[in-house]
Amino acid sequence: MALLVFYALAALTVLSAMVTAFSRNIVYSAFALFGSLAGVAGVYILLGADFLFIIQVFIYIGGILVVTIFAVMLTQGVADVNVSNRAVAVIPALAVMTLVGAVMLYAVAHTAWPHGAGAAPLPTTYGIGNAFLGPYVLPFEIASIVLLAALVGAIVISRQAARE
Amino acid sequence: MPAGLTLTHFLVLGLVLFLLGSFCALTRRNAIGILLGIELILNAANVNYVAFAFFGGNGPKYDGQVFAIFVIMLAAAEAVIGLAIVLAIYQDLRTIDVGATETLHG
Repeated sequence: MALLVFYALAALTVLSAMVTAFSRNIVYSAFALFGSLAGVAGVYILLGADFLFIIQVFIYIGGILVVTIFAVMLTQGVADVNVSNRAVAVIPALAVMTLVGAVMLYAVAHTAWPHGAGAAPLPTTYGIGNAFLGPYVLPFEIASIVLLAALVGAIVISRQAARE
Repeated sequence: MPAGLTLTHFLVLGLVLFLLGSFCALTRRNAIGILLGIELILNAANVNYVAFAFFGGNGPKYDGQVFAIFVIMLAAAEAVIGLAIVLAIYQDLRTIDVGATETLHG
């Protein structure tokens, strides 16, 4: 049963990612990313990461994807999107990807990975909260500074563009 | 624990996602297309993090999930800054084709 769910989620994720990677239309690419992110969110559920599922839906689908689609709509006239997503150097890129993929697949297949029993599904918020305020408190604080810098930086960059 | 599922399933899923994302980021001429490819790569990394957190030990382990949250946070910052830069370039040059933005070319 879980195997069936996994294959369904993997098919959704990979097919959407293929549309994102190969579509000639940037609007299709951006919207297909939704299926990919939703499939990954389902994989998080399968792996017992309930908090990450919500984070994925809120931040990736509700935030990053919407901002990306905004940018697509603001930079391209919807009429001329068909010429906007040109791909170059497809053959060398495919060759490099095949090579890298073969090496990584070999590594996946021939490494003795840990065979843990798998954690039982349980609310993870307690453990994640403890981790953030315990061993990971310094990265947590630095993350807030990074987010503040990104916020200010985005405002500065876009205001500068508006003045010109 | 999900019956029949192993760590390898998730690693292969992450591998395929990573390859598609790298292909997207390498071949697009549209700057937003490159950012979409980077989002796919980050998601592939997150799948691996969470899979290792799940299968790595016998008790509940949260380190992988904490790292995945940091990755998502950095992806949000990267998307906001990247798209702001893309919009600024578009307002200056009326194009976001990365081959055409060569005003810094020496």
